[in-house]
Amino acid sequence: MADESKPPQSPDSQKPESGTAPASPAAKTPATPAPPVAAKPAPPPPKPPAPVQIPLDNELTRRYREQFGAAILDALEDRKQAYLVIDAAQLKEIALYSRDFEKFDLLEDFTAVDWPRREKRFDLVAILYSFPHNTRLRLKIPVAENERPVSLVEVWPTADWLEREIYDMFGVEFSGHPGLKRILLPDGWQGHPLRKDYDILLQDNAWVRENLGIDSGQ
Amino acid sequence: MGNALQDDALQNNSTLLGTDELVLNMGPQHPSTHGVLRVKLKLDGERVRGTECVIGYLHRGVEKIAENRTYQQVAPYVDRMDYVAAVSNGLGYCEAVEKLLNVEAPPRARVIRVILTELQRIASHLVWLGTHALDIGALTPLFYCMREREEILKIFEKYCGARLTTHAFRIGGLQYESYDGFEKDVERFCLDFERRIQEYVDLLTGNSIWIGRTRNVGVLNAADCIALGASGPILRAAGVKWDLRKAQPYAAYDQYKFEIPVGTNGDTYDRYMVRIEEMRQSRLICLQAIEKIPEGAIMGKVGKVIKPPAGEVYHSIEAPKGILGYYIVSDASTQPYRVRIRPPSFINLQALDKMVRGHLVADVVAIIGTLDIVLGEVDR
Repeated sequence: MADESKPPQSPDSQKPESGTAPASPAAKTPATPAPPVAAKPAPPPPKPPAPVQIPLDNELTRRYREQFGAAILDALEDRKQAYLVIDAAQLKEIALYSRDFEKFDLLEDFTAVDWPRREKRFDLVAILYSFPHNTRLRLKIPVAENERPVSLVEVWPTADWLEREIYDMFGVEFSGHPGLKRILLPDGWQGHPLRKDYDILLQDNAWVRENLGIDSGQ
Repeated sequence: MGNALQDDALQNNSTLLGTDELVLNMGPQHPSTHGVLRVKLKLDGERVRGTECVIGYLHRGVEKIAENRTYQQVAPYVDRMDYVAAVSNGLGYCEAVEKLLNVEAPPRARVIRVILTELQRIASHLVWLGTHALDIGALTPLFYCMREREEILKIFEKYCGARLTTHAFRIGGLQYESYDGFEKDVERFCLDFERRIQEYVDLLTGNSIWIGRTRNVGVLNAADCIALGASGPILRAAGVKWDLRKAQPYAAYDQYKFEIPVGTNGDTYDRYMVRIEEMRQSRLICLQAIEKIPEGAIMGKVGKVIKPPAGEVYHSIEAPKGILGYYIVSDASTQPYRVRIRPPSFINLQALDKMVRGHLVADVVAIIGTLDIVLGEVDR
């Protein structure tokens, strides 16, 4: 099936990490009823799209910048949702500051996105919610493949299983995690399925080859 | 001689009668773990000293599948996570994609969404109440609860043809108009339901066995709830008056009056009271909503091919079990680049360890029940 084997070809330049204008080859003008879609286009540079991610400069981001300076790599807004791109080296300090001073007391979710073509392959994404202010903030932490970001379990205990899931699905190892092992997949599983280079049929084909001695017909 | 041996044995009982901690496996095939949850219990006699949850038996890789399907094709998959509240899952996903596309469902669609979602909340709580009571030893409520749930499922069936994994909503609105007599069916159910809730309350609320089994069992205070990320009725039972339907209204919830029930102790009994009251409130929302369902289109301006502009969005709703969130990253193609689902059951289950420590084995059953987990959602 055509949609079964989406290769990891999607260029991922639409999230400018260095504050440059988002020159996204894949992004097109918003939501025009598109003509029949062929397979993913190999990026022919179309006209520059309306920037969906716009730089954000408000009280909150100013406070973060004041506090952490260069560790706040970027502050952006996407569809009216704010996020900060931060340096993994200062992750724990920023997390503690967010919890204690900005009152983001709930780590609503912690996950990752794989961008295989980037220098720092994974974006860890922490979604914070503040009960007192009823606001959300996302922290985005780019980490390289062999980097070991610090665990946030001590800051938000809920990060325990969430980090295990990130490890399970992406292979990002957190330093200082109390028991980092697979959570959803069995212990002997090979590879990390949510990486873009993990084909959706990989497991299936391997099993068929091994147990039936034939190549999978899929 | 026998006596001498006995004395000897008594003196050395530390070696003969070991008093080590015992590790007991509960599940994955255990009727009261509500699916394939396996809990390794560390026991000191009958007391639980620690737990380890082994999950993933039902893992289907929904997030990976989603990356290989178009936006519309993902929608039926999310129904299969929390399969006793499929409508709520669908609502969260559809609204998240709508946010990503920057479109809104028309008012009529939003109101019908609210009605169906609130009916689903009642249905989900009924499944919880029936099985939770059954686990603790009260057999009758299950039959009562299933009887009322059947009425709700009949409404779903008449609306979209499916009872369990409904796929009731579409990105941008609804696929189907409400059927003739929809309002009447919902009204009939709601009017009758008040009396039905009273039946459950009569059976359980003042029942001394029920109170004995639930009060001060599995206490989780507000600070722990927030630290562990526990949401939904668990958080409210701990006294936090917080509900996403009020805090950040979505769909059409800002139009309706309802209360957020809260508890005080954060124990199993309070969670029971909170969920009972939530059913009453959901009933009231449904009654308000059917009074005037706006006329008009049911589908917003969404093309046949959904291709959101590159970027990302996070959207969460108050599902029956807690905060259900969707974090979707688009690379401007027809398939999502990444779909992350924040499952309330998965994160609430993490609180199990804290809640059962020091309790008896029998209470573990009560506490798993009160967490209201669905393994389809824990494992995804």
